[in-house]
Amino acid sequence: MTLKNKLTALTVALTAALAGSVHATDLEVTHWWTSGGEAAAVKVFADQFNKGGDNWVDGAIAGSGGVARPIIISRILGGKPMGATQLNHGRQAEELVEEGLMLDLTELAEKEGWKDLVRPSSLIESCTLDGKIYCVPVNIHSFQWMWTSLDAYKKAGIDAPETWHDFVASAPKLREAGITPLAVGNQPWQTNGMFGVIQMGLGGIDLYRSAMVERNSDALRGEKMAEIWSAFSDARELDDPQNSVQNWNDATNQVITAKAGAQIMGDWAQGEFQVAGQTAGVEYDCLPGLGIVPALDTGGDAFYFPKQDDEEVTAAQMRMASMMMSKEAQVGFNLAKGSLPVRADVDLAAANGCMKKGLAILEDPNNIVPAGVQLWSADTDGQLNDLLVEFWNDSSMSAADAHDAWATIIEEAD
Amino acid sequence: MIATALFIFVGCSLWSVLYSFTSSKSLPRERFVGLKQYDRLFDSSRWMESMENIAIYGLCALVFSLGVGFLLAVAMDQKIRFENTFRTIFLYPFALSFIVTGLVWQWVLNADFGIQQVIRDIGFTTFEFNLLASREYSIYALVIAGLWQGTGFVMALMLAGLRSIDQEIWKASRVDGIPAWRTYLFIVIPMMRPVFITTLVIIASGIVKVYDLVVALTGGGPGISSEMPAKYVYDYMFGRANLGQALAASTVMLSTVLIILIPWAYLEFSEKKGDSHA
Repeated sequence: MTLKNKLTALTVALTAALAGSVHATDLEVTHWWTSGGEAAAVKVFADQFNKGGDNWVDGAIAGSGGVARPIIISRILGGKPMGATQLNHGRQAEELVEEGLMLDLTELAEKEGWKDLVRPSSLIESCTLDGKIYCVPVNIHSFQWMWTSLDAYKKAGIDAPETWHDFVASAPKLREAGITPLAVGNQPWQTNGMFGVIQMGLGGIDLYRSAMVERNSDALRGEKMAEIWSAFSDARELDDPQNSVQNWNDATNQVITAKAGAQIMGDWAQGEFQVAGQTAGVEYDCLPGLGIVPALDTGGDAFYFPKQDDEEVTAAQMRMASMMMSKEAQVGFNLAKGSLPVRADVDLAAANGCMKKGLAILEDPNNIVPAGVQLWSADTDGQLNDLLVEFWNDSSMSAADAHDAWATIIEEAD
Repeated sequence: MIATALFIFVGCSLWSVLYSFTSSKSLPRERFVGLKQYDRLFDSSRWMESMENIAIYGLCALVFSLGVGFLLAVAMDQKIRFENTFRTIFLYPFALSFIVTGLVWQWVLNADFGIQQVIRDIGFTTFEFNLLASREYSIYALVIAGLWQGTGFVMALMLAGLRSIDQEIWKASRVDGIPAWRTYLFIVIPMMRPVFITTLVIIASGIVKVYDLVVALTGGGPGISSEMPAKYVYDYMFGRANLGQALAASTVMLSTVLIILIPWAYLEFSEKKGDSHA
């Protein structure tokens, strides 16, 4: 090769490299995944995105969604949109989409056939407004789990419960052994979620659908619902009144350390058991649907892409959306996070016992119910939070009063 | 300058009041719904609890920070040794934000290793002091933390006021044989009126906007027992995307302040007019 040829080759190579770097776009991604397992999951996405030649600029916001969402939404409304952002799919971004602030992903979704890939289909429906798709669902989380500490039951010398009813019956024995039966964090959303789980477990899927989805007054105010409220009222006794734990993971920690018998919390709690080095069926156990009704809601996280003027950025946003739905990213991300992937055609051999239980329940579409975030606007959800946390902490509030207030909120929900 | 001030203080306030009559969600929209937001506001047990709480917090904060702050300042004024050191110690908490104050007191009041446990370890095993887990008393945890943070500052203001009193007055009162406490009560305090008013305004504005302390210390709990109006506004405006409801709440806060402020300003103003005539 002559010098001239070499130079030409070098120029070509350089040009190619430069052309490549023109495509590399920085995208800032905001999210509130800051715990150990969550950070590992985010890294999977970031690595996959960077592999494609772009640059993932991490914009983690500490605190839970309640802290992060207002910041994210203010930024979008304030005209300083990020490249992409986590939100829970459902109604949180409804108004932002209506105002035309979010990027329309329909074209990409049709090209890659998301509608057929994503299971359950309600996830895509939650991302859809007027027939157009505005977000990428990335995982499935469900609230309907009860986590029990097998160590605590060993200490109390009784068998671990298989259902909620067993658990309630075992509570006095746990108390005798100096163990709090039920660990509950003080944040309002936890009480609200716990009520949803108990309602589903004791009332069954049909009642949940007619009350929560169809908002049928007969179902909301009926006798069956009154029974559930009175059971929930009794459950207040299972909590430790001196308890001032705030965060859900602090409450989970009480179960991990066998100070408490059980906690009702979504499957994100599983990550805490994993980090503590515990194994399902050995130190702890999981009861989906309180061990009574095998049903799960399919809330979860989704990514939205605020609309931007720059075409380069738009192209990069599309690349990121496509990456998040890809098989590799789905498997890596969800194994790290302890959540279930949104597509059914991926291999999850590495999943643990509880995740497999969850997957088995999701096989039957009848077992899938819409989650609170999909049913309620943030406003309604907030009112329910206020009511339930007040009820849980104020033992002078009667079940009938709370039941009535609760039904009214749902009947008047927007 | 005046235009800017008018725009910010009057214009924006009027804008807030106007949109409190709409059904605005996360974006302001002119869909008027009359008094519906106010109906809902006063039906909300959380809002009523918030109003009750701010009354308790406000009363305690006002009385104790003025009272304790003034007494501390008087103590400082007795030409004591190490005055600078004490002043620094008392003023130090004021250098901390409410968030830090809240976290500090969360540890101090923690049932497992805070005050309660320390006193139990000494031997009083049945000692109960668990404000944070108590529905009735959680509001007093906020009062204690707020006073701890703010009293030093009140003391500093009062001390400055005391130092501005002419020494001749003290000499005269000593010659007349008036006891020190009477001199303070009937001569010094009336002379310090401007200082008291400044302090009052500072404390009162701190009370109305108390938010970060609640978030850091109790999160409004247990239940809704330590909720505050400013937190209600913030939660509805940002967290729950209901601008109309949030603005209705902030309008009620504004009018409450005005109801207290206008008669007072009126009195103050007319008194001065009387002075000039005399």
